[in-house]
Amino acid sequence: MHLEFKVEGGDFSNAGSASSQIKRVLKQLNIDPSVIKRVVVALYEAEVNIVAHAYRGRIDAYISSSGIVLKLEDEGPGIPDVGKAMTKGFSTASKEVREMGFGAGMGLPNISDNSDVFTIDTIVGKGTSLNIEIKFR
Amino acid sequence: MIVKDVVEKLNLEIFSAPEGVDRVVTGGYTSDLLSDVMGHAREGQIWITLQTHKNIMAVATLKDLAAIILVKGFKPESDTLEASLAEGIPVLGSDLEAFELSGELFNILK
Ligand SMILES: Nc1ncnc2c1ncn2[C@@H]1O[C@H](COP(=O)(O)OP(=O)(O)OP(=O)(O)O)[C@@H](O)[C@H]1O
Ligand SMILES: [Mg+2]
Repeated sequence: MHLEFKVEGGDFSNAGSASSQIKRVLKQLNIDPSVIKRVVVALYEAEVNIVAHAYRGRIDAYISSSGIVLKLEDEGPGIPDVGKAMTKGFSTASKEVREMGFGAGMGLPNISDNSDVFTIDTIVGKGTSLNIEIKFR
Repeated sequence: MIVKDVVEKLNLEIFSAPEGVDRVVTGGYTSDLLSDVMGHAREGQIWITLQTHKNIMAVATLKDLAAIILVKGFKPESDTLEASLAEGIPVLGSDLEAFELSGELFNILK
């Protein structure tokens, strides 16, 4: 099964809508609740990062009997130092975004903690692509 | 314990989704950082925060939290209320600060 979502940069009022739709689908498929929890955390953080840090992006979710593959591609500033970005507490979020309670620098670590495979490809000035895989087992 | 018991014991205001007061409470989590809650809160917990915008409902829904309590007399924004209603997860309020409210919730849950 393939599901596709569009994400707009700056559109915080719809942040999380892809995650909640995927959650619903996985529930209907009777996927183990502990696996659904991990998928939801990883996808939410990736989705919010497009909203908070990029201009626009798309999410492609591929669900099979063995697991879920999430591909997030955005047009945005890219990430100059991925190692730094992956560090807990590192954030370049604006003051406004921080006041909303985002910008703790915990999103990428949360994705890493909750996925079986997690890779970031990024080109500064162009955009960022995430590949997240979680097995159902 | 259910949300209703917490509302009565801590004298909370119910802003929205009163039908959700039967939800079972397994614990509490206090934080104003959304990705902290995303990463560390657990299903069935009550979330104590001063954030009032709609994204707290997205987090509460995705994490299957029992309810949200806004501290220090903060009121939810109108689209937060709409989302709360749609999801059936109550948004509650208290005049206490997060420290005091967390202490009281801890005491009645322990
Ligand atoms: N899609 C993206 N495009 C550009 N930069 C990004 C993107 N995702 C992450 N970053 C960069 O990596 C940093 C760390 O991301 P991370 O998700 O861990 O924290 P955050 O988004 O700043 O805060 P939090 O996720 O805790 O709300 C960001 O502050 C930003 O500089
Ligand atoms: Mg983030």
